[in-house]
Amino acid sequence: MTGLSAFRIPVGRWSEEAVNFLLDRYDGAFHHVSSGLYIVISALQHGLAAVPVPVAILVLALLTWWSAGTRAGIFALAGLALIANMGLWGPTMVTLALVLCAELIVFAIGFPLGILSAVSRRAERTLRPLLDLMQTMPAFVYLIPAVMLFGLGLVPGVIATFIFAIPPLIRLTSLGIRQVPHDLIEAAEAFGATPAQTLWKVRIPMAMPTILAGLNQSIMLALSMVVIAAMIGAGGLGKNVLEGITRLEIGAGFEAGLAVVIVAIVLDRITQGLGHGKRRR
Amino acid sequence: MHRHRVAAARWGLYSGRPPSFVPDRLPECRIVHETPEIQVSSVSKVFGPRPERALERLRAGADRDALRREHGWVLALDDLSLEIRRGEVFVVMGLSGSGKSTLLRLLNGLHRPTAGRVLIAGRDLASLPRRELLALRRSRFGMVFQHFALLPHRTVRGNVEFGLEIQGTPRAERRARAAEALELVGLRGWETRRPDELSGGMRQRVGLARALAVSPDILLMDEAFSALDPLIRADLQRELLALQARLRKTIVFVTHDLDEALRLGDRIAILRDGRLVQVGTPAQIVASPADDYVARFVSGVDPARALTAGVVAVSHGVAGAAARPASVLDRLREAGLTCACVVDPGGAPHGLVTADELARLAGADAPIGDAVLQPVRTVPADTPLAEVIVLAAADAAPIAVRESGGGPVRGIISRQALLAGLAHRGATLVGDGKGADATADGPETTA
Repeated sequence: MTGLSAFRIPVGRWSEEAVNFLLDRYDGAFHHVSSGLYIVISALQHGLAAVPVPVAILVLALLTWWSAGTRAGIFALAGLALIANMGLWGPTMVTLALVLCAELIVFAIGFPLGILSAVSRRAERTLRPLLDLMQTMPAFVYLIPAVMLFGLGLVPGVIATFIFAIPPLIRLTSLGIRQVPHDLIEAAEAFGATPAQTLWKVRIPMAMPTILAGLNQSIMLALSMVVIAAMIGAGGLGKNVLEGITRLEIGAGFEAGLAVVIVAIVLDRITQGLGHGKRRR
Repeated sequence: MHRHRVAAARWGLYSGRPPSFVPDRLPECRIVHETPEIQVSSVSKVFGPRPERALERLRAGADRDALRREHGWVLALDDLSLEIRRGEVFVVMGLSGSGKSTLLRLLNGLHRPTAGRVLIAGRDLASLPRRELLALRRSRFGMVFQHFALLPHRTVRGNVEFGLEIQGTPRAERRARAAEALELVGLRGWETRRPDELSGGMRQRVGLARALAVSPDILLMDEAFSALDPLIRADLQRELLALQARLRKTIVFVTHDLDEALRLGDRIAILRDGRLVQVGTPAQIVASPADDYVARFVSGVDPARALTAGVVAVSHGVAGAAARPASVLDRLREAGLTCACVVDPGGAPHGLVTADELARLAGADAPIGDAVLQPVRTVPADTPLAEVIVLAAADAAPIAVRESGGGPVRGIISRQALLAGLAHRGATLVGDGKGADATADGPETTA
């Protein structure tokens, strides 16, 4: 053991230097990204906050009903009403805005990367360890650099959520596209389809349930980041949970935690229904 | 209509070794001088890494098994050549692993040959740039798959429109052509259903409609009916033949089922281990299998259905009006016949002359024209033996066999020849009398 640590590889110092390098060199760029993201997320946040509460509850409940059936619809209606009743509607909308914003970026980046890693072995081999890293590296480790690069508040929260939530979408998109039965692809080719036509007319539609399952997983992970994101000032339900815990107000903490669970279940039913139910309708 | 094409296609016999039934028995070659729709010349296909090296090893004397053991090379096709004519139903038959599906995929360029060339209407597929290969697939080929390969997220109409969509056909025209194709396969009114709402037989009709919608010249059918239950299968076979009678596509049909091959094929190619064992009309395949492998295949076939009058007809029994009675008599004796059919110079039948009558004429040194003729019954060469049996049962007199369409008399069928044909069916079957009393070497090997 002592022999192995005789010469210490300065992994930690390298990472510090990397962050410093980014800060020195690209501070301006990060600043631009940060303010761009801020515009998107505050638009979302204010947009959601502007909707009258009963209307918002009704719309979400109807969406759940349409996608996942009567039972889920009733649950959504009751659950969301409970959130409003507990006085947590405001933070809930902030959390929703954060999750939606993160998911927007996740989809915009994860979907093409998923396709790429399905069609190119090399892309797949490059991406896989990166995805492992993103999923398993404890969030706190990249939370601080995220703050250093993007400042406090919602933006680093979105970035951290994005990092944690993108792997399942990439993985499942890739898996879904790879799993399309060979004879369907061959049929497309036999009719003279170009690779792009095969992709858009056969592979992606066939992979859609799996892709949506990936999106669903990704949303669930994003919600699980809510509390951690609150540590860097992202606000929302996570903030209420943290406050409850630190002040030992078990009831307040539980209420906020329950609200997170309700939002998670509603979003889960909506997205899962899209993946499974649509074809039967 | 189908039977007529069988006869028209008869001249094109090919097999590894010379066919045992005598080439001069074949009708006048009605060779149509046009490039074959599909030409496959000396094509080999190896799957595995660096396939060219496998061919080198093959040339150096390695065999199939050695290739597989050495580097996992799979020799799917081994120096295979054949031609497929415009408008014929060409069946490729063989067991699994015989290379038949690979052959089909070489025709539209889904596979590239390791060696040799594939020509479609005279154009070498290998010479086409990618874009033109795609264009060729779009415009000339339709393909039907064993497991249908329909898109589950699309409606029946959406599936049938698929090929047109790939071509970039405008929406309205797509609709119209899809409707036409669905009409052809009897699925009108099912446009908005999804594949999982249909039975297997109906799904394959959708598959067929999808292929027909692009108005292809060539229809590639890969075990298209193999996944269906027997009754549905028979229905679809019948309908395919009916469609073919109207549309006259070039159809390449892959199957492992001999009955299906015999029913559908104008010609059949039999593959074994990537090699061509025999090509011929159904009757030729059944009458004279090229080797034991084919013989085993055909051993279960009912010869009365598969064989035609032309195959068992004996030409020794035909006498021209100018023939000398004595020599005709000799020929009859040699062939074990009791009658001959007298024909005019154009080959049209005059009537039957008995051996006794011939002997009388020979004794009197009279020409054959003086003979007292019996009336003669004639059948076209492509009549199934089952029908000839009915005629032979009604009257003992031999039956003359004419080329289909009222052509010249090819030979006669005596009861004896008929029975011999049904009994032997082996390589020695069609034997101008010689074959009739030779011992068959085919059937004994067909345990």
